[in-house]
Amino acid sequence: MATFKEVSPNAPAGTKLLNWIDNRFPLTPIWEGAWGKYYAPKNFNFWYIFGILATVVLVIQIVTGIFLTMHYKPDAASAFASVEYIMRDVPWGSIIRYMHSTGASMFFVVVYLHMYRGLIYGSYRKPRELTWMFGCAIFLALMAEAFMGYLLPWGQMSYWGAQVIVNLFSAIPVIGPDLSLLIRGDYVVGDATLNRFFAFHVIAVPLVLLGLIAAHLIALHETGSNNPDGIEVKKNLGPDGHPVDSIPSHPYYTVHDIFGVSLFLIVFAAIVFFAPEMGGYFLEYNNFIPADPLKTPLHISPAWYFAPTYSMLRSVTSEMMYVLIACVLAAGAFAGFKSKLPKPFKLAAMGVALAVAAAMMAIDAKFWGVVVMGGAIVILFFLPWLDNCEVKSIRYRPDWHKYMYAIFVLVFIMLGYLGMQAPSPLFERLSQFGTLFYFGFFLLMPWWSTIGKCKPVPDRVTFKAH
Amino acid sequence: MSSTLTTPPMGGDSSVDNSKRTWLIASSCAGAVGAGFVAVPFVSSFSPSERAKAAGAAVEVDISTLKPGEKVTVEWRGKPVWIVRRTPEQLAALKGLAPQLADPDSKRNPDTYTPTYARNEARSIKPEVFVAVGICTHLGCSPSDKFTAGPQPSLPDDWQGGFFCPCHGSTFDMAGRVYKNKPAPDNLEVPPHMYLSDNRLIIGEDKKA
Repeated sequence: MATFKEVSPNAPAGTKLLNWIDNRFPLTPIWEGAWGKYYAPKNFNFWYIFGILATVVLVIQIVTGIFLTMHYKPDAASAFASVEYIMRDVPWGSIIRYMHSTGASMFFVVVYLHMYRGLIYGSYRKPRELTWMFGCAIFLALMAEAFMGYLLPWGQMSYWGAQVIVNLFSAIPVIGPDLSLLIRGDYVVGDATLNRFFAFHVIAVPLVLLGLIAAHLIALHETGSNNPDGIEVKKNLGPDGHPVDSIPSHPYYTVHDIFGVSLFLIVFAAIVFFAPEMGGYFLEYNNFIPADPLKTPLHISPAWYFAPTYSMLRSVTSEMMYVLIACVLAAGAFAGFKSKLPKPFKLAAMGVALAVAAAMMAIDAKFWGVVVMGGAIVILFFLPWLDNCEVKSIRYRPDWHKYMYAIFVLVFIMLGYLGMQAPSPLFERLSQFGTLFYFGFFLLMPWWSTIGKCKPVPDRVTFKAH
Repeated sequence: MSSTLTTPPMGGDSSVDNSKRTWLIASSCAGAVGAGFVAVPFVSSFSPSERAKAAGAAVEVDISTLKPGEKVTVEWRGKPVWIVRRTPEQLAALKGLAPQLADPDSKRNPDTYTPTYARNEARSIKPEVFVAVGICTHLGCSPSDKFTAGPQPSLPDDWQGGFFCPCHGSTFDMAGRVYKNKPAPDNLEVPPHMYLSDNRLIIGEDKKA
């Protein structure tokens, strides 16, 4: 503990109170470390608003969620009716519920844009690998949170969505069927499933999320933020010991963020007031029909934020397996004959490729669909080690990289669209192409990210004073 | 930097009290085993309760009013069970389909999906009456009826009638046999069932039981 500090007896009451607290609890150091004197690069652009927006949505979800649990009943017999009760009879209940359902979708809007920012400016690269990986873990926890929350209204989409996703686990060889039984707690999705998903949704996963968010921020504050130029501002310190290209978050980014949050809340409120169902994207129409275990709706589709990964799951048919097996064998052959690995590694890589190919022939396409779906998320964790480009930011990468990222975005949106459509032969081919592109983008990145000539990176960040 | 930190203050490995370390490792292992035992009740509480296990009684159905080409759905163990009385045309169409099917003779996992008395082309005891669990073997959606033959959306032009799963597009013929190149790996499950009389069917029990 530091020595006891005194303030002048003539100081204002506020200063005296703060001094009294600071002598007993590190209030000022906590504030300054977390925000007040957290120096961030001065060239942040609009892409840097989404972190704070994610925090705002988190608070909205927690607050509205607490109020919803006061009226909701986690019981298969009364869950659907209790949600309708909130919508019709609880004073202002429909607004609280719509804030929660809009918040769920907006959380994903904000998080997808936040991740895309990291992707284009190389924010995942050394030394921010752990910040990125904690972020990926947050994304995973958020998906679990959204999926379990979606079961709670006990509508047709809730029921059949949960049925499909829980059955995904039964595709795992040997332990699969018992595992999915353990998750459901019954032979079909039922009351036991609803009750435990409620427990996970309202307490278990949120606690994990909060822990991961803390880790994400602690890691970020250790390295400092990246910026649109991808320049390490800490290499150029001023006489005060802070980077010359950085400014304290308070008051500079406080005002920026309040402005951004205000714009966001305008959009958010407009959705809650005028289009809470968002044309069936935020709240699917089939979910206004109570769950019926005997009848699957004619068209079932996941919520939009799961659609790209769902599309990849659906693209793995037995025909697609031949393509995937060919890819695995080609990768093995490349590692064995063309790569610069030491000999034992070459042999090991070829052996692994052969073993995987054999397993792919032996086990159903259904299981590999699940592997592809999981792999689409897991691969993000490895991004820091896949990118070999000599510069971080898209601004100084070769021009053709920009087209690569543009196609990636288009393919991702296409997969999302296809994931919400009824299956058809043409769409199946398109989603198979999309899946191959998605994985090719990441798995071939060590190779393609080195191709082309990077532009010179300036010593100081690009910044025009207003 | 790390090399200076790892040098023990007394110098050399002799400063490690091996007997103390052995006991530390041993008690940590004992603690881990204890934690494992503590986890048992929590993990076990996830498995189906006694009440859920008990709720699996057989269901009796009267099919005297079921006309050819019609289907009735009953609930057994929380799952939909279909009973379809197939028309002679639908039965005749089953014959030529084998090359398009993934497992026409129900040879894959027969113990799970096809009881011995249903291991035939029509996958049924009586050729015209088809009994199956209406849950797709892919990811558990309930397929919809597409009994009318001929071209229609999401189905091939030479469609002979059968079932179509709206979730991932798996197709099954009128005997619940899955078509090739579809996400579902297995034919639809035929539940244990038997006839109590000509028109009375019990689902969930057969002669073995």
